[in-house]
Amino acid sequence: MAMNASDIERLIKEGLPDAKVEIRDLAGDGDHYAATVISAAFAGKSRVQQHQMVYKALKGSMDADLHALALQTSAPDV
Amino acid sequence: MSEAVADRIRGEVESNDVVLFMKGTPVFPQCGFSNTVVQVLTYLGVQFKGVNVLEDDDIRHGIKEFSDWPTIPQLYVKGEFVGGCDIIREMFESGELRDYFGSKDIALETA
Repeated sequence: MAMNASDIERLIKEGLPDAKVEIRDLAGDGDHYAATVISAAFAGKSRVQQHQMVYKALKGSMDADLHALALQTSAPDV
Repeated sequence: MSEAVADRIRGEVESNDVVLFMKGTPVFPQCGFSNTVVQVLTYLGVQFKGVNVLEDDDIRHGIKEFSDWPTIPQLYVKGEFVGGCDIIREMFESGELRDYFGSKDIALETA
């Protein structure tokens, strides 16, 4: 099952309310996306931890509904 | 995940310095993301063991729980989960990955 970019953005923002989220549909098939997520919650966290926080916000959608989400995360520049 | 599966994953991760859980084999990756990581490791000249999750459903699902990480590939270095395709690519492009292997005393064969 495919997912809308807006659903992905909404889920991420539910989990990380301050996040700036940018989503690109890579293949136009609703199944391969790239997301850039910037959130103050990432400060001091490793990349693995940052991505885990996004995956957690997506609540299992990565397994079931979303085939591929290329992620890039960072804390905002101070 | 059963204890037996967790033990097998732990065994792979602890007995090999660099392990890549992937779809397909290093010679014949069956997924673009797995292929990307294979290419990066090969480029850096890192010896690694590939574990093909497509051959083992227990490992395929277990590894996601093991690392609390929902996607494959997954790279482990000396027991530590380093990341999936995006992180490895980002670290490679910034030069961080080479330094990371250095800090872990992993030999790189310079091409």
